[in-house]
Amino acid sequence: MAFAAFSSSKETFKASGKTSHVALWLLLPGLSYLALFFLTPLVSLVLTSVATIDPTSFQNPPTLLYGFDLTAYSDAVGKYWPHILRSFYFALVATVAALLISYPLAYFIGVKLRQRPLVQKLMLTMVVAPFFISFLLRTIAWKRLLAVDSPVVQFMHTVGLLEPGQAFIGTDASVIFGLTYNFIPFMTLPLYTALERLDIRLLEASGDLYASPRVTFAKVTLPLSMPGVISGTLLTFIPISGDYVNASPNFLGDQNTKMLGNQVEANFLQTNNYPVASALSVMLMAVILVLIAVYVKRTGTEDLL
Amino acid sequence: MKRFSISRLGLPTYAVLATAFLLTPILYTIVFSFNNSTSGRTQTTWQGFTLDKWANVCARAEVCEGVANSILISVAATLIATVLGTMIAIALVRYQFKFRALVSLTLFLPMATPEVVMGAGLAALFFNLGVGQGLLTIILAHVMFCLSFVVVTVKARVQTLDPVLEEAGRDLYASPNQVFWRITFPLLLPGIISAALLSFALSFDDFIITYFNAGPVSTFPLYIYIQAAKGVPAEANVIASAVFLLAILIVVTVQISSSLKQKRILKIK
Repeated sequence: MAFAAFSSSKETFKASGKTSHVALWLLLPGLSYLALFFLTPLVSLVLTSVATIDPTSFQNPPTLLYGFDLTAYSDAVGKYWPHILRSFYFALVATVAALLISYPLAYFIGVKLRQRPLVQKLMLTMVVAPFFISFLLRTIAWKRLLAVDSPVVQFMHTVGLLEPGQAFIGTDASVIFGLTYNFIPFMTLPLYTALERLDIRLLEASGDLYASPRVTFAKVTLPLSMPGVISGTLLTFIPISGDYVNASPNFLGDQNTKMLGNQVEANFLQTNNYPVASALSVMLMAVILVLIAVYVKRTGTEDLL
Repeated sequence: MKRFSISRLGLPTYAVLATAFLLTPILYTIVFSFNNSTSGRTQTTWQGFTLDKWANVCARAEVCEGVANSILISVAATLIATVLGTMIAIALVRYQFKFRALVSLTLFLPMATPEVVMGAGLAALFFNLGVGQGLLTIILAHVMFCLSFVVVTVKARVQTLDPVLEEAGRDLYASPNQVFWRITFPLLLPGIISAALLSFALSFDDFIITYFNAGPVSTFPLYIYIQAAKGVPAEANVIASAVFLLAILIVVTVQISSSLKQKRILKIK
């Protein structure tokens, strides 16, 4: 996992084979907690998504009639299909962008800086430094840095990337930019973990056998770092597809960039349409579960944590 | 003769630029915590240097109220998550048990679920049960999403621990309790501390899940989100900058001191 990057464990000891009730008592409290506050809420979401709002109740929040009614799903898809598609489109583009930006960085830190452990550690700290400052303030900072009068945006006007008078903030590109920026560390950490374990002798062997650097990269480095690429992609794609801060009009988006998460928020917290908000969440979770299932099938459950 | 190669010069330059890119909005946030903005809002334009906002952070009571709530929530959630997570981590490495795959999956899922799903799910649960939202529901939610990260961090430390040390303790007639508190726990402590710090950071900065489950309570991220429409006051920059500088200072100090220690050990050898 991503945060395994922080550990410097080189040697591991095998489980000593003790079978006892101690394990049960150690696991029980935490797992019960997750059953109560992670799994039950998911069940609750499904129940709410197939419930209907009592048409005779005018109070706020409304009364729900529990049953099995799929209206919320047809409403959600009919009304919000552009937001659903946009979420996955933004997530895909931002994940690819994050991968392209992160790979050389992770390679440099994980392979080239091996001889200097302190520099390596400090550089890795700089990569995760954004985690130490408010996510919302970082995003607001970009909104200011990329405002109409900023040098970057003026340069974009000069070279014709933006129409005269057109702002950058509020475009699809600005939301994708924000998503990419905010989730780069989630991509870099697992890539680093994979590349840090890479045996340099394999690269040297490839060079000795007259492979060009490009061939060595394609046939040795990239395949060996594939576990990092896959878990980084998963760890980036999932939170991005559910994010709604970057796309919100008060941050980097406007009315036309809203994602699935924005509509979950609007339906849940503003219009109190709990069934539709739940249906949207359940659909998002279903897609994520398929991705996780594919991932688990490929890597097994031992390496999940 | 080696000609110019990408890995020689290009890669280090790229890495420095990419890191600078990552740090740019952080630098902006810190610089503008010193902005003498007359309306008190963080403006795009620099209006002169002032230490006023740092000296009077609580001039805006709502900022400090949010921060106080955030600290309370993070401390409570961190304590609970660290205890529960450490217990699970020890069980995962040191014991054999059935359904290991199911346990791993249960711990992995909260880290791989979009926050909006967990936030809406908890809110739906509290709504279905008729539980009113407030500090308690926020803490319950935070423990949930911090727990798995604690397990991952502590587990890495348990794996480096040599069981022989505990066996030696047992051989010297230490009770299981003594073995745990005198040997296992002190050796695990660095891992537990980093897990707690990570958990605190995650909890302190959480916005999405908190927003769905806060009811009338305000936290620091919620305050920023609500102010974002009008422009965030510089006092918020002060708090965020202070937290950031403190965290970086701690991490870098630990890294440098541990690397110096390692060098000393190598020299002795």
